Amino acid sequence: MAPERLLVVNNVVKIFGGFRALDGISLDVSAGEIVGLVGPNGSGKTTCMNIISGLYRPDGGDILFKGKSVRGKSMHVLSKSGINRTFQTPKPFKGLTVRQNVEVVHRRADRKASVDDPLEFVGLSHLSDREAAALTSGQQKLLDLARALTAGPDLLLVDELAAGLSPVELDTIAERLIEISRRGVALLIVEHLLGFVNQLTQRVIVMNAGKEIFEGDLASAAQNQRVVEVYLGQ
Amino acid sequence: MRKQLLSSALILVVLAALFLWAPGVYSNESVLFQLMVYLALAQGINILYGFTGYLPFGYVGFFGIGAYGMSVFVTLFHVPIVVGILLGGLTAIVAGIILSPLLRLSGAYFSIGSLAASQILYYVVSNSSLQNVTNGPYGVNLISIFNDAQSYDAMLVVVLLTTAFVAYLRLSRFGKSLLAIREDWVSAEMAGIPVVRTRILVWLAAALIAGLVGAVYAWHISVFYPESVFSLPISIFAIVFTLFGGGATVIGPIIGTFILYGMYNVIGVSEPQYFQLIYGVLIMALVLFLPRGLMSLFRRRGIRGA
Ligand SMILES: Nc1ncnc2c1ncn2[C@@H]1O[C@H](COP(=O)(O)OP(=O)(O)OP(=O)(O)O)[C@@H](O)[C@H]1O
Ligand SMILES: [Mg+2]
Repeated sequence: MAPERLLVVNNVVKIFGGFRALDGISLDVSAGEIVGLVGPNGSGKTTCMNIISGLYRPDGGDILFKGKSVRGKSMHVLSKSGINRTFQTPKPFKGLTVRQNVEVVHRRADRKASVDDPLEFVGLSHLSDREAAALTSGQQKLLDLARALTAGPDLLLVDELAAGLSPVELDTIAERLIEISRRGVALLIVEHLLGFVNQLTQRVIVMNAGKEIFEGDLASAAQNQRVVEVYLGQ
Repeated sequence: MRKQLLSSALILVVLAALFLWAPGVYSNESVLFQLMVYLALAQGINILYGFTGYLPFGYVGFFGIGAYGMSVFVTLFHVPIVVGILLGGLTAIVAGIILSPLLRLSGAYFSIGSLAASQILYYVVSNSSLQNVTNGPYGVNLISIFNDAQSYDAMLVVVLLTTAFVAYLRLSRFGKSLLAIREDWVSAEMAGIPVVRTRILVWLAAALIAGLVGAVYAWHISVFYPESVFSLPISIFAIVFTLFGGGATVIGPIIGTFILYGMYNVIGVSEPQYFQLIYGVLIMALVLFLPRGLMSLFRRRGIRGA
């Protein structure tokens, strides 16, 4: 029997002033799974995450989370039902300290992966008293991650975490993400750095122009005619 | 945490003692009363601007509505003055609910929108077709319930309650969520904070404060006109005092009000031209060198301390 599908994105369309940023995208993620979402710049990866996390409303299609439609639900409601995320451009509470950044997060009662100390977990605890504005952009991304983990999500969306982190930091974070997924959390990872994706996941979805053009493992993706064309701009 | 609690309690005790003791040694009670009016209004601005980032140029609208709300209930329905004051606050809340779509604006658009709203409130209240209710442009006379001492004490109560509320925001998780919303509303939503509802709550709390202050003010002066309780400089003073001292702190707006309102009374009344010059220079220096107010001199890291 196939594992329970935690998230199902069904034929979602998002239009910005006539431009179809998402043009009927469908994907699903199961509990405990790590799925990579890749594709060239502007293919709609972040928009997809913005829709799943409730920041944008879809113009068509539906999103099912735990079997129920969450279309049009606001972010704080989704946060409480178990969806959380990081941001491509990190969005810390700049004037608050690192510790205060995680303190304000509402923790869910029924959490799969309870991370006792999210700051420790992402390696920021030595900066607890620092104002978030003073962090590097890489550290701010880790802070986004710590905040998302504090909520205790069942589905975690990670948007381009790698940029701004050193290879050593990346290795640690990859381990940590795998640890989270082992505890039953589903992860959807957007990433340009394919080595990082490879380290984390077997299954990738390749997007182009708001559509899925490939789904499978990364090695086969690299062999796929359309994927190669898209990446080489052919 | 305990230190912050103690320092907030200390601030409240000092304020209470000061305003109970001062009339005995300083004969100009009306200055003391005005000082309290601005202490409360500055904290109201602090709650809205310091904690959520909305700067309401039209804040005086709630003050005026509170003054009129109280007067109408007292003169037409003959409610006791305390009930009248509470109803004045309630009237301001109702105005706040009606004006809550303003919160969809941000930055300067919100400031100017709130200014326009306060003008609309002014035109409604002073309209001669409402003469039966508000006495239109001819003002209100509450001389029959005039009580100098009691209204002074009532204002002190409002000041203390308002200050205590700011202290609560400083210490509570709720206050931290407000700061989070101010810093980044998208992240705040993702952290599980209901941003729209929270903003409206704070907006109504600020409206209530200005409404109560307006109601007690009306009681204290007992004769007033629409233009005196909807006067824009009231907003501006409260805003400048808050910004000068520093928002999102308990003590900042208090220090700002004492220094600037004190200065206004020392030189502003006798030598208005020097006063305006010094005021202008001070405000410019503030914007240039201390954009987060005087209190930021004492805080190097994060948002902490009282
Ligand atoms: N809020 C918006 N308003 C208008 N257009 C938008 C908006 N958000 C995204 N777009 C457009 O939608 C398309 C997809 O953008 P998106 O950010 O989802 O791409 P992406 O795959 O995340 O790209 P990148 O790899 O560069 O992050 C782009 O053409 C972008 O300009
Ligand atoms: Mg993107």
